[in-house]
Amino acid sequence: MYIIKFMTFLTIGFLSLVANAALDIEITGGDAQQTPIAVVPFGNAKSMKEDLAKIISDDLYRSGLFRLLNTSGMPNLPINAAQIKYPEWAALQAQAVVVGNISTLSDGRLNVTFQLVDVLKQQPLVDMDFQMQAKHARMTAHKIADVIYEKLTGIPGAFASRIAYVQKLGERHFLYVADSDGYNAQSLVNSNEPVISPSWSPDGSKIAYVSFEKKKPIVFVHTLATGDRKIVANYKGNNSAPAWSPDGIRLAVVLTYGANSQIYTINATGGDLKSVTKSRGIDTEPAFSPDGKWIYFTSDRGGKPQIYKTSANGGGEVSRVTFEGAYNVSPRFSPDGTKLVYIRNDGGRFRVAMQDLTNEQVQLLSEGSQDESPSFSPNSRVILYATKKGARGSLASVSFDGKVRQSLSEARGDVRESAWGPMLK
Amino acid sequence: MKNATTIYSKLLIAAAISMLLVACKSTPMKDDAAVEDKSAGSTSTADGSDVKGAVIDGSSSDGSMNELNDPNNILSKRNIYFDFNSDAIRAEFRPNVEAHAQYLQAHTNAKVTLQGNADERGTREYNLSLGQRRSVAVKTALNLLGVSDSQIETVSYGEENANPACADDDCFQADRRVEIVYPNE
Repeated sequence: MYIIKFMTFLTIGFLSLVANAALDIEITGGDAQQTPIAVVPFGNAKSMKEDLAKIISDDLYRSGLFRLLNTSGMPNLPINAAQIKYPEWAALQAQAVVVGNISTLSDGRLNVTFQLVDVLKQQPLVDMDFQMQAKHARMTAHKIADVIYEKLTGIPGAFASRIAYVQKLGERHFLYVADSDGYNAQSLVNSNEPVISPSWSPDGSKIAYVSFEKKKPIVFVHTLATGDRKIVANYKGNNSAPAWSPDGIRLAVVLTYGANSQIYTINATGGDLKSVTKSRGIDTEPAFSPDGKWIYFTSDRGGKPQIYKTSANGGGEVSRVTFEGAYNVSPRFSPDGTKLVYIRNDGGRFRVAMQDLTNEQVQLLSEGSQDESPSFSPNSRVILYATKKGARGSLASVSFDGKVRQSLSEARGDVRESAWGPMLK
Repeated sequence: MKNATTIYSKLLIAAAISMLLVACKSTPMKDDAAVEDKSAGSTSTADGSDVKGAVIDGSSSDGSMNELNDPNNILSKRNIYFDFNSDAIRAEFRPNVEAHAQYLQAHTNAKVTLQGNADERGTREYNLSLGQRRSVAVKTALNLLGVSDSQIETVSYGEENANPACADDDCFQADRRVEIVYPNE
């Protein structure tokens, strides 16, 4: 096992105001079979402030599936496949080499070309180019990392995606959206009352969340690009636990009126309230199955909280999903629909459990004692969750096979309520 | 009756003024807002990498209702505590609930909010529901003592007001409570 620390410093510029929101990412463990790969600095890289090769290297490294080779001692640093002297890279024991070049287009945008090359076969596996504005350099690098990851592992990457989380700093509650590597954190909400349960719309353009700013929990939908925030559920009592339907049209929410929490669906723009569950106990934490047919949820109808499912249209039969353990809550699906993660009370420790829905086998994945808010990466490979170090909250992630672990922490304050969003288009 | 209305509107005005004052006091946050506007002003993009935010400052009003706040009056005892994962009202808190039931029946214009809370163990949303279940338990007790539904609102803060430094049950116990709040006081 090895531990290496990546400090994620924000670039100095207009984002310096949220410099405190940079997540520190630390990786522990890794897959036993790591592909040795070299990412060569891109040609003309000095013309821009973002180091594309470093961003790509860091992404690949953090996946735990690659061993990144140091290129600084190499006699030649090629910027395209034709310049590669293969014996030099074979001597470094590289299986794959990434080369690239940056040029400026007549309209001021940048053109990024890159090749992923198989050293043994001495031929390119990928040859692509991207046109971008300089300010989107980081996201372009993440997209390149996704292409490389998919070509070499056969699994789609999830680097070009974003996460949401809440930071409590003093008495302020901030809802942040950041890139998957913790950079580019931007504050969506800054409130003196709690904000919980952020939930990404399936297209990544909106986030639903619960804000206590009116002295009670109310569900808002916030459009990221415009900052427009709209109350979508403000009924008598509590309004909480928003979850999007896969088509982005409906939201499952939890309402109480004067009684216990029950699940309803509403239009994502508000209104058209429909009842889904009717019980005397607690029904909460709804999650739509990726096919949209089911709502999985937490209920204490059997005495202890367990996960159940029912038809998303409501009124149907309710059947129990979890049977091991006396406390299983917060169900969340993998986007491919094959797995369910939730929080189990394991002898006083609240840990992330993953249930394989094809064979119902359950595996405890996280090592904390107060872990919460699990959510899957868009490629269904990694689970992001909130954990606690002493009295301070931070975030962590674990690969679905438990082999690769990351810890994501803020320099200050308390971090919680994580949610991994969909891929950026 | 007319008198009561006047007092009410005075209280409302006082509340409005105090909210204004708080809004002014919170000007440090304006710096953030201004800076955020700057970032938000950058053109939004097709890949959605820019986001726009909101800064929220709210505040509750404060005033006085002597009978409710007199430390020698049981009505000033506003917390009902619960066992772990339980919504059962313990016998020691029956007198508190009964005193508030009497007050609410004597003051039919008074409204009360029962604010449920949980300790931080478990998930925030489940604890929000658990806090709600506790507030419903107190509401049911008040209903049985003759208080009208129209006077009671139940709401939950879940674990949002819990002490993050708790390590033992004495500490967790203090977080598992329903607070009886009179919104107009």
